[in-house]
Parts: sequence; C-alpha cells; structure tokens
Amino acid sequence: MANWFVNEGLSIFVILVWLGMNVFLFVWYYLVYDVPVKFFYTRKLLGSALAFARAPAACLNFNCMLILLPVCRNLLSFLRGSSACCSTRIRRQLDRNLTFHKMVAWMIALHTAIHTIAHLFNVEWCVNARVNNSDPYSIALSNIGDKPGETYLNFARKRIKNPEGGLYVAVTLLAGITGIVITLCLILIITSSTKTIRRSYFEVFWYTHHLFVIFFIGLAIHGAQRIVRGQTADSLKVHDPKVCSQNISDWGKIKECPIPEFAGNPPMTWKWIVGPMFLYLCERLVRFWRSQQKVVITKMKKKGFKMEVGQYIFVKCPKVSKLEWHPFTLTSAPEEDFFSIHIRIVGDWTEGLFKACGCDKQEFQDAWKLPKIAVDGPFGTASEDVFSYEVVMLVGAGIGVTPFASILKSVWYKYCNNATSLRLKKIYFYWLCRDTHAFEWFADLLQLLETQMQERDNADFLSYNIYLTGWDESQANHFAVHHDEEKDVITGLKQKTLYGRPNWDNEFKTIASQHPNTRIGVFLCGPEALAETLSKQSISNSESGPRGVHFIFNKENF
Amino acid sequence: MGQIEWAMWANEQALASGLILITGGIVATAGQFTQWYFGAYSIAAGVLVCLLEYPRGKRKKGSTMERCGQKYMTSVVKMFGPLTRNYYIRAFLHLVLSVPAGFLLATILGTACLAIASGIYLLAAIRGEQWTPIEQKPQERPQVGGTIKQPPSNPPPRPPAEARKKPSEEKEEDTAAGGSPGGAQTNPLPVTDEVV
Repeated sequence: MANWFVNEGLSIFVILVWLGMNVFLFVWYYLVYDVPVKFFYTRKLLGSALAFARAPAACLNFNCMLILLPVCRNLLSFLRGSSACCSTRIRRQLDRNLTFHKMVAWMIALHTAIHTIAHLFNVEWCVNARVNNSDPYSIALSNIGDKPGETYLNFARKRIKNPEGGLYVAVTLLAGITGIVITLCLILIITSSTKTIRRSYFEVFWYTHHLFVIFFIGLAIHGAQRIVRGQTADSLKVHDPKVCSQNISDWGKIKECPIPEFAGNPPMTWKWIVGPMFLYLCERLVRFWRSQQKVVITKMKKKGFKMEVGQYIFVKCPKVSKLEWHPFTLTSAPEEDFFSIHIRIVGDWTEGLFKACGCDKQEFQDAWKLPKIAVDGPFGTASEDVFSYEVVMLVGAGIGVTPFASILKSVWYKYCNNATSLRLKKIYFYWLCRDTHAFEWFADLLQLLETQMQERDNADFLSYNIYLTGWDESQANHFAVHHDEEKDVITGLKQKTLYGRPNWDNEFKTIASQHPNTRIGVFLCGPEALAETLSKQSISNSESGPRGVHFIFNKENF
Repeated sequence: MGQIEWAMWANEQALASGLILITGGIVATAGQFTQWYFGAYSIAAGVLVCLLEYPRGKRKKGSTMERCGQKYMTSVVKMFGPLTRNYYIRAFLHLVLSVPAGFLLATILGTACLAIASGIYLLAAIRGEQWTPIEQKPQERPQVGGTIKQPPSNPPPRPPAEARKKPSEEKEEDTAAGGSPGGAQTNPLPVTDEVV
C-alpha cells in the first residue's frame, strides 16, 4: 500500500480535493435555491427542478474555470521552472495536466446533462402554467407580469402551448439560444476528441476543439437575460410569503400582501471564467510571438532559445500547413549551440515537411531553399528531473528514445566538464525497437559514449540494453552465427543487442539489489501498455517504509 | 487533411446522437410532457441508431480498434448488404430519423446532433468511403515443424553456413562414412526429425 502511495498519492489527493469541491458546490447551491424564502414562489412553480438546475450550473462554473488551466503550457513550464526549490513530486503532478483536462471535461459533460434535463422540466412546466394547463396556483403566479408595472416570475410570457411553446422559448430567449449552441459545440468537441479520432486524424481534433471559443463566449452571456427569478429583497419586506402565500387571490387588494416583485440573479459565470480566459489568451499570444521569431534551419538556431534536457517544442511549417502545430522532442543537449529534432514520417504533415525540405531529392539542399519554420517552446516534461536522482532507469520504445538522446548527450557533456559534481551516478538505459533500421541515427551517439567511457575508465556509468522486439528467422540465423564476434552486427557497438522483450521483473530486482536504500527514477517514453507494466513493476518492487529502495515512475506523453 | 476518413468521425457523432436521442426521449416520456409520444419515438430511433453505429467500420489504411463486443452487431449489420455499406443511404436514413424528434424541445438536441452526423456521412459518401466489416482472420495454427528445414546432416562441430554451401556437389563424391570436419558426411544411422 505504501509503495503505491509513494507513486500515486499526490495525484489521488488532488483528484479527491477536486471531487470534494464539486460535491460541495452542488450541495451548497442546491440548498441556496431550495431553502430560502426568496425562491418560495419560484419553487411553487418549478418544484425541485429549480435547485437541480442551479446546482450543476455552479459546478459548471467551477469546472469551466479549471479546464483552461491545464492547457496553458507556458504557464505550466514557468511553474515547473520556478518550483525548482520544491520537491520533484509537485512537479510530477504538473505532468498529468492532460489527464486532468480530460477528467474536468467529462465532469462538464455530466453537469451539462443534469442542468439541461432540469431546465427541460422547467420550460415544460412554465409554458404549461402559461396556457392554463396546470394547477390554479401556478397559473395565477404566471399571470403576474401581465399588467403594466409588474415584474414577471414565469419567463414564458407568450401564451403558446407545448410543444411549440417550449421550442419558442428556447429560440427567443438568450439563455435558450446560447444553451443549445454551446451544448452542440460541447458535443462536437467531445466526439472529435475520442482516442481513435485524436490519434488518427489529428487535424479534425485540433480544429474542432477550437469551438471552445464559441463555447466560452456563449457561456459568459448565457445568464445575461436573468430569467431565473426570485423575489426581490424590497418586496420581501412588504410581502412575506409565509403569511401571504395562501390567499393569492387577495394580492394587491389587501395591505399586507401587495403584488410581489421579482428580479433575476445577475450573471455570475463571467466572474469565474474571465481569469482563466485571460491566462489562456496570454498563452496563445506567447505562442504566436514565439512563432514569429526567425529560425535558421541548417543547424537550428533561434534568438533567445534556451532549453533543458528532454524538453519538447512545437513546430509549424507554413508551407505545409498554415495553422497546424506539432510537438517534437528535442534531441540535442542544452550544452550544444544548436537545437535539433528527429521526425518520423507518419502522416500528412510529416510527409509534407519531408517533401518541403527536399529530403526526397538526392542532393543536399542549400540553407536558403529550406522552408520557413516557426518554433514554440521549449516546454518542460518529466525528463528534466533525471538529474535529481542518483540512479535512473531510462526506457525508450522506438521513436520514444528521443528525449533520452538529449539526456544522454547532456550527461556526456556534464561528465566531461566535471564528473564529480554530477549527482547522477548510474544510468540503466533500455531501448526497445521493432526493427533494425531505426538504429542507425542513434548508433553514432552510443558509439561515442562507449568510446568516451572506455577512455575515462568508467565503463560502468552507463549500462545500456537494446532489445529487438521483432525479428524473423533469417535474422536469427545471422545473429546466431556471428555470436562470437566482438562488436554487435547490427549496431557496431560492443554491447550486444538482445532479442525479444525484456523481463522487467528480473531487471527491477537486479537493479534493486545493486542499489539498496536509494530512490531510483524510472523514466519512460513509449506506449501505454508498457507504461502500465513499468508502473506496476515500480510499485511492486519498491519497499515500504522511508528507507529501502524506491522506484519512482515518470511517464512522458504528448 | 488528405488522409482523414470522415466516416470515423461521423460514426462517433452518430453514436453520441443516438445516446442523446435516448436520453431526451426518456425525459419527455417519463415527465409525460405534452405530445410525449415523440419522446417514445425518439427512444426507439436512438436505439436503432446506436445499434447501427456501434460496430466500427474498417479503415482503409492502418488497423482499426474494435469496440468492445462489436462482433455480434457486425454480423447483423453486414446482413443488410448495400443498405448499410453505402454511406449515402446512411446519411439519408439519419436525416429522416432525426426529423420527428425535432418537434419536442427535449429531443431537439438529438435532432441537431444526428443531422450533423448525417452531413458528415454525406461528405464521407462523396469521397467514396464505404463501411466494411472488421472480420476476425482465422487463426493460423502455427505449423509445428513446418519451418524446420532438413535436420543437420553433420554431427557437431559444424562449419558455418558459408562453408556448407556446397554440400550437394561434394556429397556425390564423398560416400565414405568417416568425414573430415570440412566436408559433408553420411550418417551411419538414419537421422529422423522428431517432432513432439
């Protein structure tokens, strides 16, 4: 239990606090509308549907405020950087921003459903009361507002019967129109954000998601017409519902019971969302400004660009697409005077970029022929924390090895400069790959490191294992025959390539036995299934209690 | 946007619309709203749409993630042949199904969502997309021993493959039982390939 707590405790705490706030707001605002005498007559008309509509509305305010915050990447990077004094644990929470964003989104969907259903009942009953299809009390209450000088309680003023009456209310009142429009936007956003669509057709997801602009504008003005009515404070002084509610036919005729006056609540939503909307606007402005800075591509350089290990950037190539930004991990180290990325060709945009850079041609392209590129970032992720551990396990699957390329390079530079000041004493590096042709660009780096380590007589600093997870029989034959040679046939490295998948349990146990009483960081950039395996292994191989070995799992994902 | 298969998004949208139609229909029916029978219709239409849209179609490129348990519905949907394969028909069907739900406020959201799904299906149909069922490939039982080539005819130590490249030529000359490490050898006892 304690091991699980070490890895997951803070996340669970944050979620519980958030859920608690939701429950609190729901119950509080339910009581605000269900108990006080201010809404006595409204409740006569609508019953508990009033409170059931207002309670989720309060939760919606809260959640719509929260949803913009996890996607302010620059703000989060800033917070990460400035909390260098605070523990790594706090910073790990900021890595889970996308998960939180999705959870808040689902909560918004849930509350929207409750809110809409409650208001459907409200509209139906209000319209019915107006066309005398209800109890006499409600009919009488609804008539208030017909005479000049009276303020209405029932927002359906025209006497049109259901179902046309309900439809009429929905399209003529601001709350109705904005409600339908923003709910439609929400549904479109959700259906285009499912995993299938997001992973296969990123453009559809990205462009449809921008409907959130309409969503927020509609949300801000949704309550402007003030149709949720309660009795005004002044009116309550002269007309006490407890006294007067029984003799509605005498209202206005006797002194104790003048006609009550009603007014709507002022809209509250904008107060909740204006802050995050402003922050998000700043975020987009920062991204835009960064994109305007000139980037030179031969060795990529940009004025004022400062990076840390394992960070990523967003790249836009207007020649390929004017609006799309795609994330890539930086493969260079901060100690170098340029920054680099490695791009795998997998879809429309990457193919377009390939052609735009002239990679399909044989001859080398001159720098001036290369397309203009816009860069936003760098943004920080889990890999920055590598240097705060003494021992780390780095696991990269396929193209997921890229953040670690940056780390290994940086480690090498730091090691060359001053080995003793480095807290990091031992790296276990695992590279899992399906086929061999992915190796080539990385092999150079590993060869360099290998030579360096040999020269400095510290071959133990970095221990790496390369696993070929997809191999066929002819390859196996070839390897078996060349087994005895000094260098590996695929990579040319002294360390031999291994085949199949690693036995993680063994690996973890071996490392645990070699480094007792240490906090070991486990860093992964790779698929979900592997993340789950490593997460479970980290938890089960960590000892309970503050002394003893602890594996802390960090996952990298976009 | 060249690679997008619009039908994938239309499918998600239609499935969501089905659920919204069902929800709105339940609200109208349970609340006994005026003309609540439109609500009852909406529930039925929603269920039909959900059943039709639940099995995901196969993508042209790449692999498709099946929805959990969709293979039962796949066989039913496949039965209708061109009626379900063709997206023009689907677009028209969704449009027609969505209209009656538009008469009630409770279900009009379902109408709007289904109409949008219909539009996206129309776009998919114009671009020539079709619904193909995801079928399970019959599991190829691994032929045990099928890829094992001729068992080694030499006892160890055996030279590597390159040196053994000319066994057929040498074998004709070399008939003696005793062999030098460099040449092929006939075995004194017949060697069989024992496959468990």
